[in-house]
Amino acid sequence: MTYYLPTHEYARVEGNIAYIGISRFAAEQLGNVVYVDMPEADDDVTAGEEFGAIESVKAASDLFSPVSGAVVEINEHLIDNPRLINEDPEANWIIKVEMNDPAELENLLSPEAYAEVCKAEKH
Amino acid sequence: MKKTCLHPNHTAQGALMSPFGGFDMPISYEGIEAEHRAVRSAVGVFDVSHMGEVLITGPQATMFVNYIFTGDVAPLPAGKVVYGMMLNDNGGTVDDLLVYKRDDSEYFLVINASNIDKDVAWIKSHAARYDVTVDDQCDFWSELAIQGPLAEQTLKDVLGLDGSDLGFYTFKDLRSADGHPMVLSRTGYTGEDGFELYAPAPVIVSAWEKLMEAGVAPCGLGCRDTLRFEAGLPLYGDELTEEISPLEAGLGMFAKVDKEGFIGREALVAQKADGVKRKVVGLEVEGRAIPRHGYDVLDMDGNKVGEITTGYHSITLDRNIAMALVDARFAALDTPLQVQVRRKVFPAKVIKKRFYTPNYKK
Repeated sequence: MTYYLPTHEYARVEGNIAYIGISRFAAEQLGNVVYVDMPEADDDVTAGEEFGAIESVKAASDLFSPVSGAVVEINEHLIDNPRLINEDPEANWIIKVEMNDPAELENLLSPEAYAEVCKAEKH
Repeated sequence: MKKTCLHPNHTAQGALMSPFGGFDMPISYEGIEAEHRAVRSAVGVFDVSHMGEVLITGPQATMFVNYIFTGDVAPLPAGKVVYGMMLNDNGGTVDDLLVYKRDDSEYFLVINASNIDKDVAWIKSHAARYDVTVDDQCDFWSELAIQGPLAEQTLKDVLGLDGSDLGFYTFKDLRSADGHPMVLSRTGYTGEDGFELYAPAPVIVSAWEKLMEAGVAPCGLGCRDTLRFEAGLPLYGDELTEEISPLEAGLGMFAKVDKEGFIGREALVAQKADGVKRKVVGLEVEGRAIPRHGYDVLDMDGNKVGEITTGYHSITLDRNIAMALVDARFAALDTPLQVQVRRKVFPAKVIKKRFYTPNYKK
């Protein structure tokens, strides 16, 4: 299952692991990604709070975590090749988090509800 | 929010739009990088109709412009364009602008969109003592910037305009086939050769559409900023503000302190005598983090000594560079500094702020 924040981060959930990245819509809006500022493995992230930033030519945008937990892995491919996010933002997750409260997922948007958010932002 | 005459074109072309200086302006079409490279390597066209125009006429026009402007327009020949600033009494910058000299009794001033209301009020407030007329022509003129090494050829081939006789920072008055006035200058804000064309809306819309048909890259304000930044050119609001003097901005060559009696001169003379307390410098930042406007600049002990004014991952140079306003004690070339980017601190050093050597045609 994939869940979203209105700020365009997704959490793709497999068991108690969430792969967190940015949506295709957000990647298109950003344009070419030039840098991803990621936390380190073992850092804690908190649902709704900033865990890093993603930078396009124009600006830096904060990244917010959809879930709380411990970072078990960062996507090291993004260090040398941040543009992987433009190529496929869903395959190229940013951090992998071991969730400590899966009940938080209930607060997130379904793909359908998130699509409505994107639609509204386009206008 | 104000719109330029090309607003319908931008939205129809799918531009990413954003507010700038009170106008809803195009930031990019295809993407900032592609547009940036088009201007560096070939040609691109920008809608810069948001810029303001003010005409100063009258027998004392030269004296008046010299009173409000840091440049010296008295010795200039007709047809010359000069860059400079209007200052307040403290030497801070009211705006930076271009002055076009038609003759000793007529000057065409081009000001920043974000400062139009302030500038017009400022100019008028000082005009009372002079035999001059101040005419706010912002609504009359629209403007295109055609920039890049192929600008001259494009102007000729697509628009039938001959810019080959214009030297850098000169202009001429023209008339369109249907009788509209036009001003064509060899000026720009990209660090490349190029032209700026001022004309009423129908002429500008027609010119834009011809340029699009000819395949000239439409360029937004996104790459206008990355281009000017690489060439070390200031943006009002970043490197110049009401609190920043041209000396502090490293633009002393545009402030003719030898010229008698212009607003802000005494403050500049004092700054020159005492030495400026802070200065805009170039920084190169190590690592992958990008220094952005407002980020703190630290000395090697971690004390804040300034702030980033503009920073990018340079598209042409592929380096993380910035302009920063720092304590003058840290302004010497090669001075080691640090930049705070969110939770981390990255090493930096002072470099020349003209990161990219402009390719102007003299």
